[in-house]
Amino acid sequence: MDNLLDRALGLDGRGDRWPLLGKLVLVEDCVETGGAFVVHHVIKRFLSPQPSGVTNHSLILVAFSQPLSHYDRVLRKLGCNLVAQRDNNRFLFFDMLNLRFPDKHDAKTGSGILVSLFEKIYNAVRALSAEKSWVTIVIDDIALMEVVANGSSDSVLDFLHYCRTLMSEFDCSVVALNHGDIYLSMEKPMLMLNLEYLSNILVRAEPLATGSAVDVHGQLMVLNKGENDRQGTAGSKIHNFHFRVKENSVDFFYPGGRG
Amino acid sequence: MATPKTRAGSFSRNVPSTAASQVPGVKSGPNGTLFLSSGISDLDKILGGGFPLGSLVVVMEDPEAPHHMLLLRNFMSQGLVHNQPLLYASPAKDPRGFLGTLPSPVSSKDDKSLDRDSDPPPPGLRIAWQYKKYFGENQQNSNSQRDNKFEFCNEFDLRKPLQRQFLSGQHIECISTQDSPDLASLHDRCATFLKQFFRTDGNISGAGRIAIQSFCAPQCTYFDQEWHVLSFIRSLRSMIRSSNAVVILSFPPSLLSPSFSKRLQHMADTLLSVKAIPDEDKDLAKLLTGYQDMIGLLSIHKVARINTQVPIILEAATFSIKLQKRKFLVLECLNQAPVDGSSGTSYATSGSCSVSSKGGSLDF
Repeated sequence: MDNLLDRALGLDGRGDRWPLLGKLVLVEDCVETGGAFVVHHVIKRFLSPQPSGVTNHSLILVAFSQPLSHYDRVLRKLGCNLVAQRDNNRFLFFDMLNLRFPDKHDAKTGSGILVSLFEKIYNAVRALSAEKSWVTIVIDDIALMEVVANGSSDSVLDFLHYCRTLMSEFDCSVVALNHGDIYLSMEKPMLMLNLEYLSNILVRAEPLATGSAVDVHGQLMVLNKGENDRQGTAGSKIHNFHFRVKENSVDFFYPGGRG
Repeated sequence: MATPKTRAGSFSRNVPSTAASQVPGVKSGPNGTLFLSSGISDLDKILGGGFPLGSLVVVMEDPEAPHHMLLLRNFMSQGLVHNQPLLYASPAKDPRGFLGTLPSPVSSKDDKSLDRDSDPPPPGLRIAWQYKKYFGENQQNSNSQRDNKFEFCNEFDLRKPLQRQFLSGQHIECISTQDSPDLASLHDRCATFLKQFFRTDGNISGAGRIAIQSFCAPQCTYFDQEWHVLSFIRSLRSMIRSSNAVVILSFPPSLLSPSFSKRLQHMADTLLSVKAIPDEDKDLAKLLTGYQDMIGLLSIHKVARINTQVPIILEAATFSIKLQKRKFLVLECLNQAPVDGSSGTSYATSGSCSVSSKGGSLDF
């Protein structure tokens, strides 16, 4: 049941705790190879019924790039009914897609939108953890959040900092999608460098060097920085493998190891 | 050269196909999407059916050649033939004048069949796999005869201007992006235009098309306000997602900063790019068959992925744009020239007699 991605993310443990709690997972993709499927995978794993079933799992999806109908259809094929989860109050959808186009005279500037968004998230997380629920905040995606913030990457970074502080206050984790290739041409992409530094797990989706293929859709690099244990040694691990996205699952396999 | 699989997943809802087929020019695709035709039958086939409703199509221009206009023209003409409302924005002073250059549809039945059958079959050389193609062609013809009135995709004669009757309707809006100081007015026009196509569950009354040419060209005043432009496209994208329309937008990537251009590419659902080919490139001429007939190259970087997470992997990403009989726009796979050059095969008429007859003798 466990696949390579689960193992790389540390989701294969049999512990009671959701392994990503208190962690920031950053997914980076590029135009040629989308990384949204990684986000879908984590959502599915997080919301699927747990064997222990002691604690509730609640997910907050901050969607800048797609409407709810898209996520609903995709996740339903993966075996996870978002609408039902929403009715159970275990799934909150923050629709940021339909934000109004800002006028010149708009009082509410880009960073103002992010401030009010964070307030909403904060209140939701606080309410959910009062019910002894573990929370995952999913952000899809950061590049569009920058557009909403009118190019102010500082306010985006602030926003993510605040989300990170939630992790120490409550039992929650953050999963964010970003497009790495946007920043390649910049001299000092502070946003991306900061994010990569802050993240506990970095997942990078890339096309194959040999071009696109029908059987192999791309490769994933998962850098799991691990936990700082008492000796202070960070057991950071890099996993590399190929993947093939399907409607109801994703195949992960080592290069050439597809049987 | 098969079209990408359009098989729906086992969990996708069965959309009653009658709902879509009642509306002219719309056909249902996988995952509950509906397709509009791009106006180029080869491109429709490559993309697995056409442009899905609610998607943003971005065309990256080549500064050396206006091939993106060919895509826009066919897209717009096809919409007008299907009586779909159109909004056209361009940096030209008089955007309405562009409508005069739209190509005219060929009265399908006679011309098409004439076209395909006019060339005599090659003497002698007939291989088994070619017979299969004949069957396909017959089916196509019978299909087009059945619903002759509204074909999903017409063939357009680039030399004939579109008849007046299609242009006289009240449903064409033209905007010059050069006049407006910022994008708010264009945004409002798009918003009011798209309001009539707002998607309600299940039923669809009509579809609309928006074509925005040379967005953020330097003659527009907002040229350097990158975040303003991005914000506009983000907003446009969110509006289009909830309406039964398709936006096609072309922009010159060479004039923009690379990161800005990448952001635009990420926002696109379907991403295409056109390239000119130099006139006298001897090396390329040796490398590719049918080089003389090519007028440009079309690359497909991304195919819309709505309601699904599975990327569509095409067998080839780059196609040559050719004019068949100086009239019809066709896309062909690039073929490496064999020792003795034979012509490439068209996506539509792949392997049909008319094409292979043009080439020289085949080496076996």
